[in-house]
Amino acid sequence: MSAPVITHVDETPAVTSLRRKDLLGIADLAPDEIALILDTAEAMKEVGSRPIKKVPALRGKTVVNLFYEPSTRTRTSFEIAEKRLSADTLNIAIASSSVVKGETLADTALNLEAMQPDMIVLRHSSSGACHLLSRICRSGIINAGDGMHEHPTQALLDAFTIRARKKRLAGLKVAIIGDLLHSRVLRSNILLLTKMGADVWVCGPPTLIPTDVMRFGVRATSAVDEAVADADVIMLLRIQLERMEGAFFPSLREYFNVFGMTEARLRRAKPDVILMHPGPMNRGVEIASEVADGPYSVILDQVANGVAVRMAVLYLLAGGVEHETAA
Amino acid sequence: MKRLLKGGRVVDPANGIDGVHDLLIDGDRIAAIGRNLPVDGADVVEIPQGCVVCPGFIDMHVHLREPGQEHKETVASGTAAAVAGGFTAVACMPNTTPINDDANVTAYILARAAEAGLARVYPIGAVSRGSKGELLADIAELKQAGCVAITDDGHPVATALLLRRAMEYAGMFGMPVIEHCEDPSLKGDGVAHEGFHAARLGLRGMPGACEALGVERGILLSELTGSAFHVAHMSARASLRAVRKGKEAGVRVTCEVTPHHFTLTDESLASPIPYDTNVKMNPPLRETADRDAMFAGIADGSIDAIATDHAPHHYDEKNVEFDCAPFGIVGLETAVALSLDRLVHAGIIRLQRLVELLSVNPARILGVPGGSLSVGVPADITILAPDLRVTIEAQKLRSRSKNTPFDGWELRGGVAATIVGGRNVFVNPDTPIVGAT
Repeated sequence: MSAPVITHVDETPAVTSLRRKDLLGIADLAPDEIALILDTAEAMKEVGSRPIKKVPALRGKTVVNLFYEPSTRTRTSFEIAEKRLSADTLNIAIASSSVVKGETLADTALNLEAMQPDMIVLRHSSSGACHLLSRICRSGIINAGDGMHEHPTQALLDAFTIRARKKRLAGLKVAIIGDLLHSRVLRSNILLLTKMGADVWVCGPPTLIPTDVMRFGVRATSAVDEAVADADVIMLLRIQLERMEGAFFPSLREYFNVFGMTEARLRRAKPDVILMHPGPMNRGVEIASEVADGPYSVILDQVANGVAVRMAVLYLLAGGVEHETAA
Repeated sequence: MKRLLKGGRVVDPANGIDGVHDLLIDGDRIAAIGRNLPVDGADVVEIPQGCVVCPGFIDMHVHLREPGQEHKETVASGTAAAVAGGFTAVACMPNTTPINDDANVTAYILARAAEAGLARVYPIGAVSRGSKGELLADIAELKQAGCVAITDDGHPVATALLLRRAMEYAGMFGMPVIEHCEDPSLKGDGVAHEGFHAARLGLRGMPGACEALGVERGILLSELTGSAFHVAHMSARASLRAVRKGKEAGVRVTCEVTPHHFTLTDESLASPIPYDTNVKMNPPLRETADRDAMFAGIADGSIDAIATDHAPHHYDEKNVEFDCAPFGIVGLETAVALSLDRLVHAGIIRLQRLVELLSVNPARILGVPGGSLSVGVPADITILAPDLRVTIEAQKLRSRSKNTPFDGWELRGGVAATIVGGRNVFVNPDTPIVGAT
């Protein structure tokens, strides 16, 4: 089946399934596939509002959540999504696995694979870990964050949240501010937003801007007011305390003074600006508390939408509409 | 026993020879070279048209891994790879287990090389004991045992002071100091070239400036001490600029480049196999401007030598996350094909220049025999088949390790035969050299 040419990516998608077994990154997705995931997530969101929050879509499927890094939000979100789709789920965290005995990722994957799971959701501190797993496993691999590379479901839930508020992605000015260099959320978001036609600005101290970031098709600045000016969406990225040791910036106080999102800075954006943060937040570092809890903030919407988007991804990768019609 | 290599094109830049000549080998030495030499009872080896007789190639930068890391490579397997790749001699780095900072280790390596009886092996000793960068190794003893140069390769010499002392001290014996040029603080925990591709893939970068700082340091100290300084596996255009300036100023600096650094760029991090650990090496594959600078340096003579930095690693060690994989790839069996294809057939240099890069200059820099086909020298000869179509197959490499990014590559240019001390140590079954068995 060949997909027809998509001219308006924000309209109803012409595809009905994903053309892949894995979700390794936004880099691999075509705009029509992104639109399909977001539209499917709309339907999944409805499931979450029912009194009985469960559909049989993944009944009999086994999903392994393999987490090599601590994560509360993402792991919980995936687990709820899997359970709402009736999948059998299994959580493996680094501390309770044989990794501590020195087993390699490749061997762990082969052992898991021998038990024939349908999908593996992987969170790992090394960029490219999901690609390694994908080369070894027949199971579908979903990237739940690999090193500094990508966190595709975060970008999808961010896009879903933006679309819910703004009814579109194309043409919006999105300013992403914070530690760009070490952020997988940044990479997935700029890939997704530029594919969908948004006007993306990235902002942070020069020490935390990736090499040649303009080649992603974004505009980079260290002037926060310029990034925020007339923005439709402001997305803040977490500043990690340990970055001071790498001399990326002198102190958290100075970071907040130069880049922290305050009421005053926010006033330069569009009146209906929305403010996002992938969490966990450092109040008083990248974001002032009154802003985080203020009327522009959609931070908790992001968390809520994460479940629906992950349900959509799991459902579509497991066969989606095509699978249902075949059955 | 006499053998007459008949009718081949002989390229011997040291003697200004490039033309069809016969070459007479008597025992282990070259006895005569000239047009239509009389057979006079010698066994005749017909060199097919198109094949080229060159002074033996010398790879001045390999890791043979023995002693201590025999699961990666041994002196026997490494020298088998060398002769199959057209090298009659290799210089091996001291980062074995234990480190070659002691005459006993040097003697062990040489004993294993003699046992194997394939390529000549020139050990390179450590600059410092245990390559720890604190005290000098016993350099005179290393020299006496057979080391031809010193280096702490794998890392730069820890301090400028120690590098200065090493240059001064080794200068007493005319030994060059070979340096893995790098500023450790700027390298940090980098795993790839700092550029767009590493940024996109979320890999921690190390910039070209990291290498160039080490090159500048060595050149300044070479100028200060008057000793010879050799830049190992140069990859960055800023390093090349520093070497050119040093040479113009009369500093005794030389440098080498690897085939992978003039063939690949950091785009290989992403494709054809994303995060392929077989494109993880240090120095890393650089960006296109750096690669093109290497071509220019090779063409204009600023770059003295091609060396492989042959770095075998076991499959298990490479079958891990990109961050966790060790740096390095094997190179002995792919260097000649890549050099012929990418440099000679691509029109960047002529064959004479290639022979300088692979034979004449390495011999001169290390102060070892070879580099010419002069009458009376040991008969170390590489016979090229420049137009042979070769397909690189990782699983068929003689090296004990198969970590190459060139698996499946189709290239124009190969090795017909390798002769060490008058003996055939490798004959390519794909090239019909009559009487060469």
